[in-house]
Amino acid sequence: MISVQNIKKSYGDTLAVSNINFSVEQAELFGLIGPDGAGKTTIFRILTSLILPDEGKAILNGYDVVKDYKKIRQIIGYMPGRFSLYQDLSVEENLNFFATVFGTTIEENYDLIKDIYKQIEPFKKRRAGKLSGGMKQKLALSCALIHKPEILVLDEPTTGVDAVSRKEFWDMLQRLKEKGITILVSTPYMDEASLCDRVALIQNGQIMQIDTPDNIVKSFKHELIAVKTENMHKLLHDLRNFSDTHSAFLFGQNIHYTSINSKINNEELKHYLQKNNHKNIEINKIQANIEDCFMELMT
Amino acid sequence: MVKKEKVIQVKNLVKKFGDFVANDHLTFDVYKGEIFGFLGANGAGKTTAIRILCGLSIPTSGDISVAGFDAYTQTENIKKNIGYMSQKFSLYEDLTITENIKFYAGIYGLSDKEIKQKSDKLIQKFNLSDKKNKLIKSLPLGWKQKLAFSIAIIHNPKIVFLDEPTGGVDPITRRQFWDLIYEAADAGITVFVTTHYMDEAEYCNRLSIMVDGKIEALDTPENLIKQYKVDNMDQVFLKLARKTNA
Repeated sequence: MISVQNIKKSYGDTLAVSNINFSVEQAELFGLIGPDGAGKTTIFRILTSLILPDEGKAILNGYDVVKDYKKIRQIIGYMPGRFSLYQDLSVEENLNFFATVFGTTIEENYDLIKDIYKQIEPFKKRRAGKLSGGMKQKLALSCALIHKPEILVLDEPTTGVDAVSRKEFWDMLQRLKEKGITILVSTPYMDEASLCDRVALIQNGQIMQIDTPDNIVKSFKHELIAVKTENMHKLLHDLRNFSDTHSAFLFGQNIHYTSINSKINNEELKHYLQKNNHKNIEINKIQANIEDCFMELMT
Repeated sequence: MVKKEKVIQVKNLVKKFGDFVANDHLTFDVYKGEIFGFLGANGAGKTTAIRILCGLSIPTSGDISVAGFDAYTQTENIKKNIGYMSQKFSLYEDLTITENIKFYAGIYGLSDKEIKQKSDKLIQKFNLSDKKNKLIKSLPLGWKQKLAFSIAIIHNPKIVFLDEPTGGVDPITRRQFWDLIYEAADAGITVFVTTHYMDEAEYCNRLSIMVDGKIEALDTPENLIKQYKVDNMDQVFLKLARKTNA
């Protein structure tokens, strides 16, 4: 279980994070969702005892990240944002190295990493630097798990990884969670929020909202519609110039639209779009997703 | 979009490294002012193909022309007629905004007068007059990306290559970036883009999806979604790319 209380951290004059409060239950999959520069890495580095907070405290499974830093380092597994394994060592050598550092062996905890490691085992003699993105990610996760940590801290494990590998990675996290490991993960991909038990939406060093993905989506207070016409670029422009518009954002092949009025008048909107020469107008009421909520909180 | 004029023509492009076939008979055309999405899993062969199209690597075989120039013999001409931006390589962090503009515009051979004009225009467009003498590293990532893109097209190239340009920024900034892409395409610049964001893939006019060195699908996002009987590009991508993943 993780408890973070009033954490604040500045780098020189730059305030990185402030008022950071959240707690994570045992075997919970908790996500920090936010863009680069939001403060996700700073929070993770404090929780992993790599930097000191200016204010506040954090307790991981009963240990204080400042006072009990040695103990903290034994109970956590940490996968930093940058690939930080030894590029010149082979897959097997890297794993062996991390096992040895933690006073254990691959055999002892093989059960925990088996599902993940067996996918890269055919390449175990290959140097880590020569692996593809998806394989590096699997090796890094194996190395972070080899000492059987109670808490796993993963800093943007899926950034720059293709959609297929991303999906597989999240499946692996689900299985680790089922084994009782508490998982703290950060991501800039909004669509990954729905794969967490609970998430904190973070921006500019502040947590904007903490809840289950379902509750966050339900808390979206506007009526939301998806609008589509033949000329999407012009549609975006015209919607932004419409007097009733609260927000209009491109989402794949649609534009998600909210009105300043509590109820959207579809007929009036349609009329306005027809007047602006839009053809094949499609308007559908939809449920908000995490990205809608995030942007609403930002504006 | 003018469909007639082809700015990239690729016929049976093959690139081998030893026995390994990185690009296996790729065939596609890209038109003037088109936003062309070039998708594929990590390791599918996208980077290899992009390096060839940018004149940085010579193909093993096939007929390839970029901006009207041959990919074997006229690579220097290709380089002059394209722009390039990626998340990894963009601006010099230890130079100011104006210095970066000047440097890149100078490299592309713009005259001092043109450089001054373009530089003023860009700084005005982004409302950066009070920040123009600030180092790039002091800017938020979103600003860096917008500037990097604008500088990549400062010499008004025929084609701009964007290799995962928008990683890591917030969803509003990401959309502002796409506004710039549309603007460039409207001005007739062809945009060749790779991304891991499948909603962004849907903003492209056409998409190709590479699997194991081959192009497995090439069509408009709408047609691909219909063809694979799914709801969005994410599902198309998962269906196609799943089998390759190690």
